[in-house]
Amino acid sequence: MARPGEKSGGSGKKSLKGKAATEKPQEAAITGDGATENEVQPPKSAAFPPGFSISEIKNKQRRHLMFTRWKQQQRKEKLAAKKKLKKEREALGDKAPPKPIPKTIDNQRVYDETIVDPNDEEVAYDEATDEFASYFNRQTSPKILITTSDRPHGRTVRLCEQLSTVIPDSHVYYRRGLALKKIIPQCISRDFTDLIVINEDRKTPNGLILSHLPNGPTAHFKMSSVRLRKEIKRRGKDPTEHVPEIILNNFTTRLGHSIGRMFASLFPHDPQFIGRQVATFHNQRDYIFFRFHRYIFKSEKKVGIQELGPRFTLKLRSLQKGTFDSKYGEYEWVHKPREMDTSRRKFHL
Amino acid sequence: MAASAARWNHVWVGTETGILKGVNLQRKRAENFTAAGQPRREEAVSALCWGAGGETQILVGCADRVVRHFSTEDGTFQGQRHCPGGEGAFRGLAQADGTIITCVDSGILRVWRDNDKEASSDPLLELKVGPGVCRMRQDPARPHIVATGGKENALKVWDLQGSEEPVFRAKNVRNDWLDLRVPIWDQDIQFLPGSQKLITCTGYHQVRVYDPASPQRRPVLETTYGEYPLTAMTLTPGGNSVIVGNTHGQLAEIDFRQGRLLGCLKGLAGSVRGLQCHPSKPLLASCGLDRVLRIHRIRNPRGLEHKVYLKSRLNCLLLSCRDNWEDEPQEPEEPNKVPPEDTETDELWASLEAAAKRKRPDLDQTQGAVQTKQRKKKRPRSTSP
Repeated sequence: MARPGEKSGGSGKKSLKGKAATEKPQEAAITGDGATENEVQPPKSAAFPPGFSISEIKNKQRRHLMFTRWKQQQRKEKLAAKKKLKKEREALGDKAPPKPIPKTIDNQRVYDETIVDPNDEEVAYDEATDEFASYFNRQTSPKILITTSDRPHGRTVRLCEQLSTVIPDSHVYYRRGLALKKIIPQCISRDFTDLIVINEDRKTPNGLILSHLPNGPTAHFKMSSVRLRKEIKRRGKDPTEHVPEIILNNFTTRLGHSIGRMFASLFPHDPQFIGRQVATFHNQRDYIFFRFHRYIFKSEKKVGIQELGPRFTLKLRSLQKGTFDSKYGEYEWVHKPREMDTSRRKFHL
Repeated sequence: MAASAARWNHVWVGTETGILKGVNLQRKRAENFTAAGQPRREEAVSALCWGAGGETQILVGCADRVVRHFSTEDGTFQGQRHCPGGEGAFRGLAQADGTIITCVDSGILRVWRDNDKEASSDPLLELKVGPGVCRMRQDPARPHIVATGGKENALKVWDLQGSEEPVFRAKNVRNDWLDLRVPIWDQDIQFLPGSQKLITCTGYHQVRVYDPASPQRRPVLETTYGEYPLTAMTLTPGGNSVIVGNTHGQLAEIDFRQGRLLGCLKGLAGSVRGLQCHPSKPLLASCGLDRVLRIHRIRNPRGLEHKVYLKSRLNCLLLSCRDNWEDEPQEPEEPNKVPPEDTETDELWASLEAAAKRKRPDLDQTQGAVQTKQRKKKRPRSTSP
């Protein structure tokens, strides 16, 4: 009598857990009786029928108990194994084998044959004569037009304003429901080199179309995680008019190269280091993270950075040859989720 | 070594940078051939066709309006012919009885005598086909019949030995349900073997069959596929269907007798620029703006066979129609030469060894790396700090 009472009352205690474990199979045998004749509990380890697993226990509390006990045991064993390994390494000293590198998805990336070799002449020629050649040969300097989809809401408008402070020589225009195909010839005649359209859905910006102007490629991105200046914690003062430096990280494949060059051609050639501002496009696992910082060298080796400006994440949806023409244009690369996203270790940028 | 191996290449691809690439799928190699030794964007290949004499010569139509002759036996460019007149790139290139037929974007179709003299003589025949031509195709059965079509330029079949008027001029379909005129944009044309019929695919994602033998000038059959312009088309061996590709990289096999979709092929990521099926084997070669040449198997089972990354945007391709795709090895020549003189064979062995040694550095250099479905390399990368 006392025992069942004890069991139900003190189910959280460790000592009881052992008894609960030992009692259960025995109880199964004497349920019919209802009598607690086996009051003497031999302090042996539990005798479970073979093939028994914790998930078969129907009582949730007891099952949870058993599981937490098992987990603690696993953790103890793991800790013991680690300590043992560490001791062995210290004992070996210099002769210890090098530490194994942990596997990450970036580590395990499937080999992509389109990764550009820096010495490749054909790719070098292709890039030297592509649509961005006039920018990289310093024949043109960028002039950007930033606009949105029709009737933008506050967040999008503010994002456009902040983007125009980040990108020098950029102009924000209200869309007024005009068709892009009519805007583009006007831009070309006024010497704009790039067009940025921020698409908005349900009062938040969610897409970016970047079109290089004379006849250059058009990239369509999904935009997410947009943070305006006031939403960024511990940020610095507003950016100045200095031309920022650009960092393009991890654009390794041929497609990545094209997109990287597109981003690079948005900014004027010569950064003004006095301004200490830097815009970063960091590609990781096909997501491009845009950040805008101001840095300061506190000493020779220590740098402090302040995040300024807006922050957002982009994912490439399609790259179309020619200016914006989604219906009849020819696509250089289209993201097809069911064909391209089958492997978690394969990336395209 | 590269020169004699060039004849065993299975696919020849023309790129936007002016390089002609020969791909050998058996040996998994791709080689670059340029006229000037350096790639030049002005020589972007816009049309390819086989020259006279089987598959030993290729006619390469470039953006600077020059047709270059490439010999597959030697692996070099041999002659060239400047074909001026009209504006735009070549939209069709064909050869018949020692003449070259060219058609350009602005609609000037000219027949030139194919001699090796560089001096541009006058064309033998000139026809004005109408502006905005997208494709000119020659009937493989009757080399003097060509068909042209383009944007707002209806399908016309011309007989080069006949009159200046087209033999068959297609009529536009009836106005649609809103009583609006249906626009015309013929992107690719194919002649059906064994009959006079033609199939076209349009930029408004329609596939149409025309029959000049019937009194009806309108299409006999029309089907649609997808939502994007169809850019390339090829006939399948077996003769009941065509495979079309659109600007999104979707490939579909369409039965033109019933007008229904038989199946699709996956893999392409960019606009399809060139498609060709092998006449007897169920293989399809496709190339596009995503810089990859793919060989698909069309039936049992449908899937990707080979994928070759070629570093430039690909414009057009030529698939070798020969039946044996295995390489002819060099050894069979040996037994003929061994009995007569021994010193010659020693020299031959020496030259073979040198070539074999040269092959490995060739593979390491910057030439396309061929990857088949079976060989997938996983190269773990160390995390960079």
